[in-house]
Amino acid sequence: MSTLYERLGGGAAVDQAVDIFYRKVLTDERVSGFFDDVDMEHQAAKQKAFLTMVFGGPNSYTGMDMREGHKHLVARGLDDSHVDAIVEHLGGTLKELGADDSDIAEVAAIANSVRDDVLNR
Amino acid sequence: MSSIIVNEQCYPLPSGATVLDTLLEAGLDVSFGCRAGVCHSCLVRASAGDVPAEAQQGLKQSQKEQGWFLACRCRPTGELSVELDAAAVPQYTARVVEKQLLAPRVMGVWLESESALDYRAGQYVTLRHDSGIGRNYSLASRTGSKNRLELHIARTEGGALSPWIHDTMAVGDQLSIEGPMGECCYLGGESERPLLLVGTGTGLAPLYGVLSDALQQGHHGSIHLFHGARSLDYLYYYDELRALSEEYGNLHYYPSLVESDGAVGPEIEVGPIDRLLSKHLPNLEGWRVYLSGAPDIVNTLRKQCFLAGAGSNAIHADPFG
Repeated sequence: MSTLYERLGGGAAVDQAVDIFYRKVLTDERVSGFFDDVDMEHQAAKQKAFLTMVFGGPNSYTGMDMREGHKHLVARGLDDSHVDAIVEHLGGTLKELGADDSDIAEVAAIANSVRDDVLNR
Repeated sequence: MSSIIVNEQCYPLPSGATVLDTLLEAGLDVSFGCRAGVCHSCLVRASAGDVPAEAQQGLKQSQKEQGWFLACRCRPTGELSVELDAAAVPQYTARVVEKQLLAPRVMGVWLESESALDYRAGQYVTLRHDSGIGRNYSLASRTGSKNRLELHIARTEGGALSPWIHDTMAVGDQLSIEGPMGECCYLGGESERPLLLVGTGTGLAPLYGVLSDALQQGHHGSIHLFHGARSLDYLYYYDELRALSEEYGNLHYYPSLVESDGAVGPEIEVGPIDRLLSKHLPNLEGWRVYLSGAPDIVNTLRKQCFLAGAGSNAIHADPFG
């Protein structure tokens, strides 16, 4: 069975998704504060790796990376409500790219599977 | 059969093998991560040969043109020369051939390198003084100028290099330069695309280079150049740019100062450059954007342009002020 990553069109689709997703995140007051002081170019590369992972594409993320990468944000108050907002924007991005509801649910499930690592629980 | 050439040594590629597989098999030192074209750890540069499009998926257009590719996604069909040590930047000796004050605190410096430098306008070089101190300066001269380089140097009080350049350095002096580096250059093949150039202070230098290349190559799309300065002491090339915008109907020039200066007429706007930009150009969907100047302003502008619709791959900025 093909992965959503392949069905969406692989790397090229992820490139397109990164811009849509990152624009949603940066304009959402609930979460934009967490992205204020990061270098945008660096951040876009990270978003791409993240989206590739949640779309079921090849990735090298480990739970440890997720924990380390978000530790400083948890200290600044990152909690479930923020993860919910990100999952919501993932869904919105996928909808714009023409994915169906079951694909969106699949992506949300992958994103939720790293929730505890992200929140350092 | 396909092969790669590294350090003058030829390595044949078994069918289906990637450049990364072959480099690792040969015991060469190359960094890598995901092996799937995502992490960009195995970014290397081809100096000759055809790079398959798949190996450049997701890279910036300017990186593609300079031959950068992902070794893990590259299955070449012919012979490909690969540079692993691309970080090693060539060094040249250059002589100062002209020095001219462009504004009270901005010095224009023209250098001639002893051998031709294969650079593109908007890239930058490191200028090194005898003491070993080096600073990065962008190239304002046109692509193809080969061994003649134009730099714009703002005077920074207490700076390591700029007071010396302004006060002491003389025509005939020899300097060491390293480069070229950077990817803030004009790209051919999209002559209808609207271009936005935004810079503060001597951040105008690479933009002036990009602009010169665009006009010389007959760019048809509109070109909007915003130049902001702290004071008139830093607002240079005003007359030249004004004249160019009268000569070329598609060039729009917006000079501005952060704060009002008694001497300023209505043709120079007053206010923060990011606000002037959003006032004039609220929608940047489909535009190519070049940013240069103070790092904090460049970061603000980068985000602003992205949110205004410019694609993240269509925004170019130099990583220094």
